[in-house]
Amino acid sequence: MKEVRVLTAFIDHPNQCEIETYEKNGGYQAIRKVIPHLTPDKLIEQVAEAGLRGRGGAGFPTGKKWSFIPKNQNIASYLVCNADESEPGTFKDRLLMEKDPHQVIEGVILSSYAIKAKTAFIYCRGEYFASNAILRKAVVDAKKQGFLGKNVLGTDYSLEIIIHPGAGAYIAGEETAQLTSLEGYRATPKLKPPFPAIEGLYRKPTIINNVETLCNVVHIVNHGIKWYQKIGLPPKNSGTKIFQLSGHIQNPGCYELPLGTTLRAVLETGGGMMPGRTFKACYPGGSSCAVLTERDLDISMDYETLSQRKSMLGTASIIVMDNTADMVKVAHRLMEFYQDESCGKCTPCREGTRWVVQILERILHGKGTLFDLKTISQICNNMEMNSFCPLAAGAAPSVTSAIKEFESEFAAYINQNAQAGTLPMMKISYPYVT
Amino acid sequence: MTLNEETKSAILKLQQKYPHKRSAIIPALHLAQGEKGYLCQKTQMEVAHLFDLELNEVHAIVAFYDMFFDQPIGKHHLRVCKNVSCMLNGSDKILDSLCKKLEIKPGGTTADGEFTVIAAECLGACDKAPMMLADRQVIGPLKEEDFDTLIETIKTWPGNPSPISNAEGLS
Repeated sequence: MKEVRVLTAFIDHPNQCEIETYEKNGGYQAIRKVIPHLTPDKLIEQVAEAGLRGRGGAGFPTGKKWSFIPKNQNIASYLVCNADESEPGTFKDRLLMEKDPHQVIEGVILSSYAIKAKTAFIYCRGEYFASNAILRKAVVDAKKQGFLGKNVLGTDYSLEIIIHPGAGAYIAGEETAQLTSLEGYRATPKLKPPFPAIEGLYRKPTIINNVETLCNVVHIVNHGIKWYQKIGLPPKNSGTKIFQLSGHIQNPGCYELPLGTTLRAVLETGGGMMPGRTFKACYPGGSSCAVLTERDLDISMDYETLSQRKSMLGTASIIVMDNTADMVKVAHRLMEFYQDESCGKCTPCREGTRWVVQILERILHGKGTLFDLKTISQICNNMEMNSFCPLAAGAAPSVTSAIKEFESEFAAYINQNAQAGTLPMMKISYPYVT
Repeated sequence: MTLNEETKSAILKLQQKYPHKRSAIIPALHLAQGEKGYLCQKTQMEVAHLFDLELNEVHAIVAFYDMFFDQPIGKHHLRVCKNVSCMLNGSDKILDSLCKKLEIKPGGTTADGEFTVIAAECLGACDKAPMMLADRQVIGPLKEEDFDTLIETIKTWPGNPSPISNAEGLS
């Protein structure tokens, strides 16, 4: 399928990082249209009507989120651009920041204007060294041109953007944890409500939006609502999505396609499977969702369809596995990731992820028992229902769905154990005993 | 070994950028680590002073985030991704043979203090799987036969990578 390049239209342009090139290619027109000609409320209405939904994973309507900022109160509000991209298989924000940084900056300006924020932060993942440097240069250049700083475009609206590097924590991608981290603490999540839009950074109204979401705002302003709703499956799934293909795929990479493209078409855009191999399964939205199998190849890749399938569009990061993939190893590696990244604040997540890793390790070493699968499902259920933030709720389906769809593979490992039918001894130990 | 004046003034300048100075602690620790290579207790104490914090509050942050090191570490950080997309493309073997080549275990540092190999979680460059982040540079897809040249090239780099430089902090 041919890509529909909106956000990635100029990604291959060699000098797109330069502000002159960005402007020549139509950049910084959206802010000229809006500031000061459109009131912030009108801009919020436009984005809401276009039907833009958050591209960071949850798919919450962006305009609606913005509208939660308390009106007519004379208190500071903040915009935080979530660029702490750490979900396994996700690499779209890196592309946007490294190849077209001014598009991100323009999106941040528009969104800050909509919520009347005078300070915006881009929380950029620490390991993204290039993104950090490129964004910092972009901010300096945009300031020189009068798009940032005091009196944006000569109006009385002023905005500062601070590029804030993270330091390596997956949980800092969760919005409340990100704010805690930005305040200078360990990245631990906070209870909601109050939602950040009411009480966020420094206990002031704060909006957190993903990089790709903010880039979409630029194009909604430039081309209008009607144009936006011609792409994808309006009203609930308008626009394009940057799909990322990785794992067992011919041409891994980012592909911008309309929401609602079938999984099969997305895979074909990436060149399909490697020669002589067949499709086995994929995680459709990063690793924190249920695995899809061959039966789902014609599924429409949109928010609703995937959630009905008890999976998730998430970040649309498709991790592809072919017939050579070992699902037990995949499940084990993923749970190791969640265990490593659990912030430790709540017990179901901190202990649950550790237990499941121990059990999967036992199974991988041929020492598992059939009862182990039941134990995993109990622990995962506990994590899903009782943990504090979405981390553990995302960790559980990655393993439970793999067991559900490929139980025979787990059983094959377990049956290497002569005592597979006995009750297991649950050893709780550091380091792991296998 | 105290922090040099340039790093200190960059940290003080950073503090002013934020509405509350404590917010500058993560970039400040990046600057300190960029200068010193790692964050020993003395360096942490110094940063704590600059922020009017107790040592334990700074240490809590250093201990939490993966990019901070409170023990000596190699000049060049080789983060080899081990997450699923890279694993499916053979990262286990890559990690293994890189460690063998450098005669260390994952997490270990070479005797000459040049390299530390870290088995890292997803680094957001899955299109280049199997990949590694060598200092500030993404390298992939990795091939074992390229290791010799790669190691020689990386040796010529400045090392002690930080996502923010003193100059950027001061600007």
